[in-house]
Amino acid sequence: MERTKIDLWVGIFVALGAAALLGLAMKVGNLTSNKIGDTYYVSAAFENIGGLKPNAPVKSAGVVVGRVAEIGFDAKTYEAIVTIKIDKRYEFPKDTFANIYTAGLLGEQYVGLEAGGDEDVLKSGDKITQTQDAIVLEKMISQFLYSKASETDSNKDAKTPASAEPVQGKSTELGDAPF
Amino acid sequence: MINIIINKISRFLSGIGHRMIARVWRLGAGARLFILAIIYSGESFKRFHLTLREIYFTGVMSLLIIIVSAFFVGMVLALQGYNTLQKYGSSEAIGVLVALALVRELGPVVTALLFAGRAGTAITAEIGLMKTTEQLSAMEMMAVNPIARVVAPRFWAGVISMPILAALFSMVGVLGGYLVAVPLIGVDEGAFWSQMQANVDVRADIINGVIKSVVFGVACTMIALFEGFDAPPTAEGVSHATTRTVVISSLTVLGLDFVLTSFMLVV
Repeated sequence: MERTKIDLWVGIFVALGAAALLGLAMKVGNLTSNKIGDTYYVSAAFENIGGLKPNAPVKSAGVVVGRVAEIGFDAKTYEAIVTIKIDKRYEFPKDTFANIYTAGLLGEQYVGLEAGGDEDVLKSGDKITQTQDAIVLEKMISQFLYSKASETDSNKDAKTPASAEPVQGKSTELGDAPF
Repeated sequence: MINIIINKISRFLSGIGHRMIARVWRLGAGARLFILAIIYSGESFKRFHLTLREIYFTGVMSLLIIIVSAFFVGMVLALQGYNTLQKYGSSEAIGVLVALALVRELGPVVTALLFAGRAGTAITAEIGLMKTTEQLSAMEMMAVNPIARVVAPRFWAGVISMPILAALFSMVGVLGGYLVAVPLIGVDEGAFWSQMQANVDVRADIINGVIKSVVFGVACTMIALFEGFDAPPTAEGVSHATTRTVVISSLTVLGLDFVLTSFMLVV
C-alpha cells in the first residue's frame, strides 16, 4: 500500500519535471519558431561581413526567410563567402541585392535581401553578385573625421586670400578639435 | 629553548602535511566509492523500488522548497531587472534577463545548493547513523553489499532528481518573473514572451543548463554519500560529517559551475 503511494508521487514528480523541460523548450526557448522547412543554398561574396555569425537570420522586408549557413574566406579574392539557406517557399530574382544590416544601433547583424526585377529566380548553388558590406562603425567614424579634416583644411586654405570672418563661424561650429 | 621552538615549528609543518595527506586520502577514497557505486548499481535498477523510494525522499520531498524559492527568485529577478532596464528604455528585455539568468545559472546552481542543504544532509546523517548503529556491518555479515543496497540507489536517485528539480526551478522562476513583470509592472505580455523566445536558445542555454544540473547532481550526491560513509561512528562524527557535506557541496558546485560555464561559452 505504502509503496504504491510512493510510486504515485515519484510519477507526479517525474511528470512535473518533463512538463517543466517541455515548457522551457516551447515557451521560453525557440524550438517552435526556429523551424525552416526545405531550403536552398545561395552564396554571396562580401568584402567585409562585420560581426555576422552563422545561424544569423536572413530577412527580406523584415521577415525571416532563411538563415546564414556558413561563412568562409576566399583566399584568392580576399573576400568573405557567406552561404545562406533560404526557405523553398520563397523565390528571389537573380538580381537580388544582399546587404548586411545591424538590428538596432548595436544589435546583432543579419543579411537583408532586396528583390530585383529579373525574371529568372535564384536556384540552389547560385551566387548573388550585388552585395553591400557591413557598416563598420570605426570605418565610418574615421571617414567622417577625415572628411571633416579635409573640410577644415580647405577652409584654412581659403582663409589666407579671403576674409577671416566666415572661417571663424565655421570653427565654432566644429569646436576646437585638433584636426 | 631552541629545541622547543624547532619542535613547535616541525609540529606545525607536519600538521599541515598531515592535513594535506588526509585530504588527498579522502579524495581517493571518495573516487573509489564513486567507482564502486557505479559498478554495483545494477541492483538499484533491477530492484527499482529501492531507487524509487530514494527518489521520493530526495526529489519529491524537496519539491516544496524548490518551487517556493524558485518563485521568489524569479520575482526578485524581475523586480531588480526592471529597475535597471527601465533606465535604458528596454524594459521589454526583462523576460530575456529572467529566463537567461534562470536557465543558464540560477536554476542549476541554486537548486544544487538547496539540494545539498535539503537532501544531501539527510543522506549523510542517515548513512552516518547506519554506520554508527552498525547496520552497515550487519548487512555485510548477511552477505548484503552495503554499497549496492544503500549507496547506489541513493546515488541514482540524486542524479535523476537533480535535473528534474532544476528544470522545475527554472520554469517556476520564469513564471514568477512573468507574474511580477506583466500583471504587476505592466510590461507588454507579447514582448515579454517573444523577446524571451528570440534570445533563449534550446541547445546553447536549456540543454547546457540540464547538463550542468546532472553534473551538480552527481557531485552533490556523491559528496553526501561519501561523508556519511566516511563519518566517524560517533554522534559528534556524524554531526561534523553533515556540516562538511553542506560546505564541500556548496563550494564544489560553485567551482564546478565556473569550470562548466567557461567550457560551454568557449565551445
